[in-house]
Amino acid sequence: MNLDLHAVHARHPAAPAGSSALRGVSLSLRAGEQVAVIGPSGAGKTTLLQVAAAALKPSRGQLLMDAVDPWTLRTAALQRLRGRLFLAPQTPPLPPRQRVVTAVLAGRLPAWSLATSLRSLFYPADIPGAHAALEHFGLAEKLFTRVDRLSGGERQRVGLARALLAPAALWLIDEPLSALDPTRAEQAITALTAAARERGITLMATMHQVDTALAHFDRIVGLRDGALAFDLPTAQVGREQLLQLYAQHEDELDGRPALAPPAATPPVVMHCR
Amino acid sequence: MSGLKPPERDPAWWGRLFWLGAALALLWPLLVATEFRPWVLLSAESRAPTARFLAAFVPPATNPEFLWLVARETWRTVAIATAGITLALVVAVPATLMSTRALSVSALSGRMAPLPAALRQAVRWMLVVLRSIPELVWALVFVRVVGLGPTAGVLAIALTYGGMLGKVYADILESGETPATRSLLANGSGRLQAFAYGLLPQNAAELTSYTVYRWECAIRSSVVLGFVGAGGLGQQLDNSTKMFAGSEVATMLLVFVALVALADQVSAWLRRALA
Repeated sequence: MNLDLHAVHARHPAAPAGSSALRGVSLSLRAGEQVAVIGPSGAGKTTLLQVAAAALKPSRGQLLMDAVDPWTLRTAALQRLRGRLFLAPQTPPLPPRQRVVTAVLAGRLPAWSLATSLRSLFYPADIPGAHAALEHFGLAEKLFTRVDRLSGGERQRVGLARALLAPAALWLIDEPLSALDPTRAEQAITALTAAARERGITLMATMHQVDTALAHFDRIVGLRDGALAFDLPTAQVGREQLLQLYAQHEDELDGRPALAPPAATPPVVMHCR
Repeated sequence: MSGLKPPERDPAWWGRLFWLGAALALLWPLLVATEFRPWVLLSAESRAPTARFLAAFVPPATNPEFLWLVARETWRTVAIATAGITLALVVAVPATLMSTRALSVSALSGRMAPLPAALRQAVRWMLVVLRSIPELVWALVFVRVVGLGPTAGVLAIALTYGGMLGKVYADILESGETPATRSLLANGSGRLQAFAYGLLPQNAAELTSYTVYRWECAIRSSVVLGFVGAGGLGQQLDNSTKMFAGSEVATMLLVFVALVALADQVSAWLRRALA
């Protein structure tokens, strides 16, 4: 899928009016291209992905997907278009009481009829598919485990495995490695980029680990304070650019890999009404 | 850092004090209006009749013929409550799916679009109407339409409880965690798919527990409905009370306690199974 952003301004719905997480970002991705978005915390990386996924409407500027502005479409057509992309949030959105197989197969939903989706709750409709997707991330043996029995890193990889089953031509993946140890991170990012290349999927991922981004992506977009700092082939990204991008945030550039502590599942609250 | 003084007091304190005072000031006229005088209960002239009434309860009636009657009517009461709740679900589930914000596609990116918002509001109002008419009133209406008997009770419970279940289901779905559902919707799933794969697994235990609790309420409710001729244990209770057969009343009350305890056990077991 071709993706074009023209001078996009956007802010999070909960943010106060006037403030802007993205300020005039223009970006073009050709079908099959793989781009890593880097930049210090609060640069607007997540907002950029949300805008690109047609999940957040730009307050100014335009988004084009294969030359179609999704925000001119009616709801049904917009949902069909959203079915052709996959947005993976940083915190894997998995219901804790669901089994891994169901959570992974949920990636297939846009391609399934309602009848197939409901039947799959009684008997998983594509066990081999789910197994293969998990195998890419070294989680095949967790197929029938419940999500709340997984560690934070395992959950994140289940969330990524879901992408492999989605009928998508565009992957927008937010911090895919934030809860993974270096070995797992290497495995996960290799699996993602290889699968995207194999299927001709356009991939945009935000990355916290700059060296991993440089090692696995051909094109790097630097984002700072909601604006593009640079948009270069990886070979041309030098130390100066990175230092400038992370000025006053040097710890994020060189420091420890930011290992987000896996969020504990809160206990189920029972209300009596 | 030195030189910064700790705050003198919690800034929320005055607001809290004000609302506490306001609540007390509101409560006073309410107590007057409801003639709230609990000490009347303990006066000598109320004690004697209460004691006589309660004394008639012991021992509970146990003759086989009566027990057989109670068993049959208990079964009918359980049937009324269960059928009523089942029909209520037929009303409540579609209404919940239509009215909950958590399944709104347009609300994903900011505000909900006006037309869906109006539809949701309309469904909510329908639920308000359904549940604001007490089941007793529905039962009086249906007794005239379908005649004396359990059918009237079932229909009455179905309508009122449909309204209650629909409202609380929608509230439960909205107050739970929604990222899983929103993510499915944002990736192009349909609303019902997002419900089955996101919202339902997230909230199944709470929805089940509330449904079982409502079933318990429906059992109590069917007793009251029995008083207006809607059948079941309630009708029997009405007869026995009118004949001052305290021991029979006692037996039937014990059956109610057992049914409620049973509902409690079922609910606990289901919650464990779904947790």
